Amino acid sequence: MTDSNDKNSYGFETRAIHAGAAPDAATGARNTPIHHSTAYVFDDADHAASLFNLQTFGFIYSRLTNPTVAVLEERIANLENGRAACAAGSGHAAQFLAFFTLMEPGDHFVASRNLYGGSITQFAVSFKKLGWHCDFADPLNPDTFRAALRDNTKAIFIESVSNPSCVIGDIEAIADVARDAGIPLIVDNTIATPYLFNPIDHGADIVLHSTTKYLNGHGNSMGGAIVESGKFDWAQNDKFPSMTKPDEAYHGLTFFETFGDFGFTMRVRAVALRDFGPALSPTNAFMTLTGIETLPLRMDRHVANTDRVATYLEDHSAVAWVSYAGLRSSPSFKNKERYFSNGCGSVFTFGLKGGYDAGISLVESCNLLSHLANVGDTRSLILHPASTTHRQLTEEQQIAAGAGPDVVRISVGIETADDIIRDLDDALRT
Amino acid sequence: MPSYPDTLIRRILDETRTIAMVGASANWVRPSNFAMKYLQHKRFRVIPVNPASAGSEIHGEICYASLAGVPGGFDIVDIFRKSTDAGPIVDEAIDLKDIKGLKVIWMQLGVIDEAAAARAEAAGLTVIMDRCPKIEFGRLNHELSWSGINSGLISSKRPRLRR
Repeated sequence: MTDSNDKNSYGFETRAIHAGAAPDAATGARNTPIHHSTAYVFDDADHAASLFNLQTFGFIYSRLTNPTVAVLEERIANLENGRAACAAGSGHAAQFLAFFTLMEPGDHFVASRNLYGGSITQFAVSFKKLGWHCDFADPLNPDTFRAALRDNTKAIFIESVSNPSCVIGDIEAIADVARDAGIPLIVDNTIATPYLFNPIDHGADIVLHSTTKYLNGHGNSMGGAIVESGKFDWAQNDKFPSMTKPDEAYHGLTFFETFGDFGFTMRVRAVALRDFGPALSPTNAFMTLTGIETLPLRMDRHVANTDRVATYLEDHSAVAWVSYAGLRSSPSFKNKERYFSNGCGSVFTFGLKGGYDAGISLVESCNLLSHLANVGDTRSLILHPASTTHRQLTEEQQIAAGAGPDVVRISVGIETADDIIRDLDDALRT
Repeated sequence: MPSYPDTLIRRILDETRTIAMVGASANWVRPSNFAMKYLQHKRFRVIPVNPASAGSEIHGEICYASLAGVPGGFDIVDIFRKSTDAGPIVDEAIDLKDIKGLKVIWMQLGVIDEAAAARAEAAGLTVIMDRCPKIEFGRLNHELSWSGINSGLISSKRPRLRR
């Protein structure tokens, strides 16, 4: 038999290429076909009824499931040591689907204050319109999460490595806070990727991704994913009625009882994705699958280049500080050493002694580094957050998120490291 | 969660023709009801055992009040009852092992009784706990993967799907 007896009995590099992607059953096609079909035929009316009632496995309509997207979902679930995954049209969509499944109107969650600026805005502004309330806590001080808990707190949310300032919290201590409260720890693992870190192995219950970043890795396709560990007991308290109470729209089906350790993913898909519709395109899924095949190779180069660029910047006379967890000067260095033995991604920030104006001048003066709002591309990218991604925030929020006026964000690519450094050197002289 | 090799689960499902499903419900929205229907579609014969529906039909099969009341043999006893109810069902199954040709005791998702499992294994039966045969069949037949569930399968062979 060629079956694996243990889903992790193959190495990461093997699973990055093979997980989820058997040859096509009908044609033998070795690469995953792009299934551009909106809908799928039913065998008969009874088969259709069973599918709509979630009583059998199969495809109905590509807003819910698609054969190409499903390969990506299983690939990511496998790489994250999770039980199941649901893809979405973007990382932001994935975040919304996860919270919609957990939260009731009036509910509360606690998030790290060191997050992607778009997430801070989504949580603090847009979610408020849905009656969901978020308090922010300090990932370097896990007690601040415990202090922020309320009776109606339904989740704790952190980024394993924060964007943009490369802050790494004490993930296991924060997981303890969530476990004691009987609520899931959600970890956005976009910057670290499953190659460098598996949050589920350290107590996370749900892992989120913007696949747009390193998983795709080439800056060519948007996407997001929600991964479920399969280990969270939704019935341990009465906080999660969407998992433990009968669903009217599915004839009284109860998701946790019926689907067990992949019940959360089924609920995300069959209710949130069904009703709000941010499905991933099969072409984007294919591009992301192709990207993931080389994830280990790319991440090793991203990390090696980043170590060199960060060290170069720390020694530069125009640079006031560098916030990269791989440097001994970082307050996250201890957590980096504990959790990220193979590196912590390639996104970090640094401050220029010349402040806001020097930051703008630098990003405008680069010739090789691209001035744009993305991270996790093969190309090196540079950005001044205060004037772009984080400009919706108040200055106080910008500083709290590590994106104050003097801050420049870099996403180190996999070009020749000397070329990246030379480009920065020239631009800093300008 | 107990752990079982894929090779064991696949062999059991390959060698099974008839399943006695204890706790099979006549209510079409209950998981036991649609697990039974799914397994029938995959060419298993499933005999419902449930005192509440004894004498009536579920998906074309007559329902019996107890395992002893089932007229023919069966390969698997599939227990769709809570863990605390599993012990007496396992003991009845052990008593019927030779008459019915029983080989496997299978307890559903969330159903675990280590002591009863030990008694069954001592009697020469194979025991699977905390698993659903529908989900396991779907997983090994690549159907679970259609919903983004991690099957754990890695293979360069073209899958031969069982309809």
